[in-house]
Amino acid sequence: MDIKKRESLDWFFKQAFKATGLLTICMLGGIFLMLLYNSIAFAMDIKPVDFFTGYQWNPGNANGKYSILPLLVSTGLVAAGSMIIAVPLGIFTAAFLSEFAPPKLQAVLKPVIEMLAAIPSVAIGFLGIVLVGPGIAKLFGIQNGLNALNGSILLAVMALPTIITISEDAINAVPKSYREASLALGADKWTTLFKVTIPAAYPGLIAAVMLGLGRALGETMTVLMATGNAAAMPRGFLDSIRTITATVAIEMGEVPYRTTHYFALFAIAAVLFLITLSINLLGEYFANRLRKFQA
Amino acid sequence: MADIKLSAHNLNLYFGTKHILKNIDIDFSKNKVTSLIGPSGCGKSTLLRCFNRMHDLTPDAKIEGILKLDDLDIYKKKYSVTELRKRIGMVFQKPNPLPKSIYENMSYALKLHDFPKNELPHLIESALKESYLWEEVKEELKKPAVKLSGGQQQRLCIARTVVLRPEVILMDEPCSALDPISTRKIEDLILSLKRNYTIVIVTHNMQQAQRISDDVAFMYLGELIEFDTYENIFKNAKKELTKNYVSGHFG
Amino acid sequence: MPSVSWNFISKLPTEGMTKGGILPAITGTVLLTFITTIFAVPFGIACAIYLNEYARPSVLTNIIRASIRNLSGIPSIIYGLFGLALFVQALRLGTSVLSAGLTLGLLSLPYIITTTEEALKRIPTVMREATLALGATQFETIRDVVLPKALPGILTGVILTLSRAAGETAPILFTGVAFYINGLATSFNQEFMALPYHLYMLSTQHQSIGQVRPLAYGTAVVLIILVFIMNCIAFYIRFKQRTQD
Repeated sequence: MDIKKRESLDWFFKQAFKATGLLTICMLGGIFLMLLYNSIAFAMDIKPVDFFTGYQWNPGNANGKYSILPLLVSTGLVAAGSMIIAVPLGIFTAAFLSEFAPPKLQAVLKPVIEMLAAIPSVAIGFLGIVLVGPGIAKLFGIQNGLNALNGSILLAVMALPTIITISEDAINAVPKSYREASLALGADKWTTLFKVTIPAAYPGLIAAVMLGLGRALGETMTVLMATGNAAAMPRGFLDSIRTITATVAIEMGEVPYRTTHYFALFAIAAVLFLITLSINLLGEYFANRLRKFQA
Repeated sequence: MADIKLSAHNLNLYFGTKHILKNIDIDFSKNKVTSLIGPSGCGKSTLLRCFNRMHDLTPDAKIEGILKLDDLDIYKKKYSVTELRKRIGMVFQKPNPLPKSIYENMSYALKLHDFPKNELPHLIESALKESYLWEEVKEELKKPAVKLSGGQQQRLCIARTVVLRPEVILMDEPCSALDPISTRKIEDLILSLKRNYTIVIVTHNMQQAQRISDDVAFMYLGELIEFDTYENIFKNAKKELTKNYVSGHFG
Repeated sequence: MPSVSWNFISKLPTEGMTKGGILPAITGTVLLTFITTIFAVPFGIACAIYLNEYARPSVLTNIIRASIRNLSGIPSIIYGLFGLALFVQALRLGTSVLSAGLTLGLLSLPYIITTTEEALKRIPTVMREATLALGATQFETIRDVVLPKALPGILTGVILTLSRAAGETAPILFTGVAFYINGLATSFNQEFMALPYHLYMLSTQHQSIGQVRPLAYGTAVVLIILVFIMNCIAFYIRFKQRTQD
């Protein structure tokens, strides 16, 4: 090939590759516009005030109730519960991996953690039905273990790999000299970890928690299978709940096209989208702070 | 002065807001070896890379001034950088053979530039001979190039450049990663190559500069301080700074 | 695990799902993942090449990178809605294995881009300069040096991403998955069965849940083994590459 042809080939591929980059912007824009369009259509039927107040999600019939509150509280409850379990566990595991574990153990544990992240959410949900659910029922003497607590435990398992991996990076990024200074002053390993390393790594740890939380909030199948799906305002962890994601999953299949109910499902998805987006942005903000601190 | 092969006039280079090369004027003579010397960070490698437009892909590099190969404006918009690099070859600090066999390393550029297929073996053999590598590798041309020793790899990189019959060869500290024996071989090679090519070489090593150069350019903090024949630079430098540097007082 | 046998993975389901095997669910998942691969891998690699090789840092690349990061944080059920709106309805592909595969492709895209870019970043600049200095164009450099060198890293990321896509359920719920189809899926515009959805239905929606529990266990085991094998392949490639370097 002569040089002209080779260079136009180069130019052609550069443009083609660039187009795929633009595609990602279009994707995000498309998702956003889809949610916006349908949410506006929903707002024409139902007043936004009723959407954000009220206590009932009871859609479908002519005077259906479309309040997101019970779903939102459910989503928040189950995600908060999962963080209560996963955050301490995740950060300790990360600290153990980077500060105490011998290299051989690290080499085994890291792929195991990655493998944990790859287990399909339905499989974890199934575990909730056959293992965690009966366990909870027995422990608390209740009839049915499909409730918020069950969901929280499972979501904690799912958020753990994210939290561990990012926390570990954050802890590893703390300069060695900090630790050496502390150890040289006579502090033991544990004191150094709690008083020096973890405080120094804290922006990264917050980023880890935020990304883990984002994952827990957006998870569908696990909560759909393990939390009982009662669309009522929950009163505690032993209540059956129905998250936003589960509601969309259950109702989208049956809802007639372009009805209020149909639009309502997009509207609650839009709320979820905004929540996960802000949580991810917040996580990113803290991750950037960590990067600055390293430099 | 002999024929001018390569030149820079009023060259200024910026990385972002940093002014890296300041008002460089320099002419490289045909079929001579010119060394660029100076302390680390003085801009000698940066200057070298201007001549085959290696800064094209650096995000915030800005180049002003006129650079010429014979009468050709190197930075002319219409002129193909691909064509330019065929005429101005480059050898890097660390040997960087392609992750292919020795033969493929040699044939790669020939194929790209559409040399007739039946001429390849002959061209490759003569380039390897010219680079003093043929005897060592002729039995194992199919071997992966990374299996060669560091010095052999670097000679392969030179041979791979020579095979295109460029007019100028730029060398960026080609011996800095090599042991003294390999370095010696490469220096001999450079001296024999200058019959056919114009060579510009960046080096840290004063002895090396003395052994191989016809001309020497001394740079400091982005400026060209002094440019003269190697005798003058090493024995009768006009500037105090040059004297101090070549005598090892700093750098 | 008495429920997992050769018959279980090689036979069609019978008697209203209470007996027989899960072959259609396995082939459905394989077909689905295949479509996802065809769509997401070329696009993802191309985008990563643009970002890492061609583009200079600019407002545009900042926007692209921000989009990718945000896309990877979007809940998978929202991808399901998007697939429904875009592929099933707007592009009239119907509820089909094609729609579902494309939806999973969109979901996988940001991960493939990110992992590919990391693999490209590990290739040292001197490797690119070697061919560029010989007069190769950037495209030739990418084709002949960068991609071959980065291939193991790219492959690791792609396989890990696909193993996750194969286990996803939420994005395929409204885009084409079915609990039962007659025989094996043979064309792209047909509904299909998939392992994760099959497990979901068997464990929560079947009219005789107790009776099909062994089948649910079996399906879960097959699904996890499938994902596990893909992960092991990815880890093996990564391990081999690290010992080589």
